[in-house]
Amino acid sequence: MKALIAATVFGVIMMFSGIVMHNRKSIATLAVALFAVLTGISVWDLISAPCDAPQLLFNNMLRLENLSLWFCVLMTAATLLYVMLLHKEIENVGSHVAEYFALIFFILTGIYLLATFNNMLMLFIGIEILSIPQYILAGSDKYNLKSSEASLKYFLMGAFSTGIMLMGITLVYGAAHSFNIMDFVSMLHSESLNPMALAGILFIIMAFSFKVSAAPMHMWTPDVYDGAPTPFTAFMATIGKAAAFFAFLRLFHVAFANLSSHWTTIIAIITAATLFIGNITAVFQQSVKRMLAYSSIAQAGFMLFAVLAVNAAAWHGIIIYAAAYSVATIGLFSVLVKLKDYTYDGFNGLAKKEPMLAFSAAIFVFSLAGIPLTGGFMAKYYVLLAVMQQGHQMWLIIFALLMAAVSVYYYFRVIAAMYFKAGDPQIASPVTLGDKLLLGLTCLIVLLLGIAPQLVM
Amino acid sequence: MNLLLLILIPLLSGIFSFGIREEGVKILALVSTLATLVVSGLLAFSCGCNMATTFSMPWIPDLGTRFSLMGDGMSAMLCLLTGIVMLVVMLVNNNKHVDRPNAFYGHMLLAQAGLMGVFLANDALLFYFFWELALIPVYFLCSQWGGEKRIPVTFKFFIYTFVGSLLMLAGLIYLSVQTPGLRSFAWQDIIHAGSQLPAATQHWLFALMFVAFAIKMPIFPFHTWQPDTYEVSPTPVTIILSALMVKMGLYAVLRWVLPVLPEGAIYWTDTIIVLSVIGIVYASCLAIVQTDIKRLVAYSSIAHMGLMAAVAFMNSKVGMHGVMLQMFNHGINITGIWVIISMIENRWGTRDMRQLGGMATSAPKMAIAFVVISLASVALPLTNGFVGEFMMFNGLFGTSSCSHIVMVIAGLGVILGAVYTLNMIQKTTYGEVVAMNIKGDLAFNEFAGLFIIIGIIIFLGVYPQPMLDLTSAVSSMLIK
Repeated sequence: MKALIAATVFGVIMMFSGIVMHNRKSIATLAVALFAVLTGISVWDLISAPCDAPQLLFNNMLRLENLSLWFCVLMTAATLLYVMLLHKEIENVGSHVAEYFALIFFILTGIYLLATFNNMLMLFIGIEILSIPQYILAGSDKYNLKSSEASLKYFLMGAFSTGIMLMGITLVYGAAHSFNIMDFVSMLHSESLNPMALAGILFIIMAFSFKVSAAPMHMWTPDVYDGAPTPFTAFMATIGKAAAFFAFLRLFHVAFANLSSHWTTIIAIITAATLFIGNITAVFQQSVKRMLAYSSIAQAGFMLFAVLAVNAAAWHGIIIYAAAYSVATIGLFSVLVKLKDYTYDGFNGLAKKEPMLAFSAAIFVFSLAGIPLTGGFMAKYYVLLAVMQQGHQMWLIIFALLMAAVSVYYYFRVIAAMYFKAGDPQIASPVTLGDKLLLGLTCLIVLLLGIAPQLVM
Repeated sequence: MNLLLLILIPLLSGIFSFGIREEGVKILALVSTLATLVVSGLLAFSCGCNMATTFSMPWIPDLGTRFSLMGDGMSAMLCLLTGIVMLVVMLVNNNKHVDRPNAFYGHMLLAQAGLMGVFLANDALLFYFFWELALIPVYFLCSQWGGEKRIPVTFKFFIYTFVGSLLMLAGLIYLSVQTPGLRSFAWQDIIHAGSQLPAATQHWLFALMFVAFAIKMPIFPFHTWQPDTYEVSPTPVTIILSALMVKMGLYAVLRWVLPVLPEGAIYWTDTIIVLSVIGIVYASCLAIVQTDIKRLVAYSSIAHMGLMAAVAFMNSKVGMHGVMLQMFNHGINITGIWVIISMIENRWGTRDMRQLGGMATSAPKMAIAFVVISLASVALPLTNGFVGEFMMFNGLFGTSSCSHIVMVIAGLGVILGAVYTLNMIQKTTYGEVVAMNIKGDLAFNEFAGLFIIIGIIIFLGVYPQPMLDLTSAVSSMLIK
């Protein structure tokens, strides 16, 4: 697990680079270079891993399977893409540029732990390493009241949910006499289940629901995502969330798979509620940024399908969903930050003024709405397939598809504004050739995921 | 390879069109549609000799889906229709001006690629892909080049059809999970899996999938998007919608529902027939009171499609032959009518029948074409419409006990059809002469387009056998 160590070291290097280097541009360049190196290292991890048996590290604290390593690679690569697309905006959020990048490195450390944990303590540490930098990033625009509010809200609610998770872990420990998730499989049986374990699982579900912004624990999401500086919203809503989902899946499909009859109903209800609240509320938003916050709740509803279906297809589902959703949302945010006005009207007439921005935004929107030939379709397809294989939950699938149709309403308003309405959109920062090339590359990735999803599996 | 070409020619020329700045894109579009027509003609010819062609290559092995195409009689017939209609559209619009022609023609060609894919796909997931691919360019075309209120109307249309497609997707995934052994989306496997399902499952699955196609056709009460969309769309797009995309719905029922869920089809037959017949009468009545010709034809299209849908479920061999033939005929006839309507709008600047008149005096050639095509659409003998409708009514005398009542009520549709169509001809063609804004009878390109249409109308009216031969194998397979 060289990437884990590298991410920490790079984080520290970035922190100190702020003292040595004073030019924002060069700090950002260093960060991009280090992210590229980190991607290389995580690929190296994957290649050098033995293909058959999982490796156990640090006294069985971490367990590396190819799938988790692959997830690490994907998330690192997505972060690299994110930094390349948005580094100009990250530079302009506040004065501590180096620290922002350092925090993102630390978040990646947390993601690596979440993807490979074999022990509840590692899960907890991973969640904390993932969350605390996000609280800071949400408040990084110090002199903006909304940003500070977002940060405080996020921190208070997040700390609360972490407490609930600890409580859950303790209760499960009481029932299973171990923190090792492999022991849960042998210790917890569906027939003779200690009620304490059930209560613990319920608490853990609640805590995870908070982290992935699933209803009814989603209340913080719109305010935090709206208040946080836009480039960091892009990160929190995508990569941060995907990692929490992967951990959710890992815990429930490995440790609690035997008990699935006890918790699938709860997850099904949470899924339905999340889809409903996320999609219906998104319809009423006037700001695209806030719409994306609600849409991220709605998308979480779809990702919950992967948790619901305890089978191999669910793992494929979550990986492709994480990849497709992250790339499309990061792309859409990188278009959003180019505009001054974040309302739908701010997009009016973009197709005439900046055809490339509009075209790529259209592709990202197609992907989020799940139109075929884009990654978003394949992602939705895989998670639905996973549930379908499980049988039983046909009502939920039909409900989800109807909600997907609702989502078309608010996603396509962006397209209608860009292509069909006249207007003169205000561009915040000039769109360079490099930006266009990167956006083109991102579009290609989205389309490639839709045509050949086997590439990420 | 022919099959692949049918999709690739419009797809590539469509993408290429976006890059062309000048009016040269019209030539490209014309050449591309002509090439596609030639290939689809070859396909129809080889299918006529009873050689179903297939093309297959691996696509996403993990999902059990292949990029597999099949051209049998029904596919070849609809591809031929698509080829002819698109060629006529391109011909007739060759001397008309549109804003940003490169994007306009690019979207048109992409829509054609999607349609070809829908008619050829032999794999359920591929079918779904093309189903959506055909919809997206049309959405852009209507929203950008349409008339007043185009954005909300097109949005309604898009969401309506998208809801349907998602329900269909749920059904298709469900079916693919039921396929034996490895997951598969191949048509044969889906049929196998579907027909093995218990009756109760087939009932709800049928409803799920049928809604998508009922919206597309459209069948009463799912038709509400249609008149508005036809009205606001630019006429070339209306032609695509009414001549070709509604056929997607009927085609999908015949290919992906009837053979797949036979029990479900039997269970829902009465409901569908009743709904279709209600649609026929209701739409015909509405058509009578319209003053806008475009809306009139839109409602008439609901009535015609309703008849086809009803007969398709009647389980009669003659009827099914008639449905196949009428799918083709309706596409040809309605294209002709739209072409003339766009000329009327172009020359008189209005579509309101009350402000039109005297076309027979001011533009006699156009008037003759209009009368011939309209008479074909009311099924006068010796036109193609007669053969199709005759066979369909023959089929309505089917096995089911209530079929006589159904036939009588559906027959009302023909009478009402004559009422509104003849009324339309009378008001536009005869009566007081209204001066034209732009003078001129048919231009050469318009003449060529209408010549193709009328030629087919007369040919199939006198000698429909080639078309029946082409599709007879498929209709025999559908009605055992």
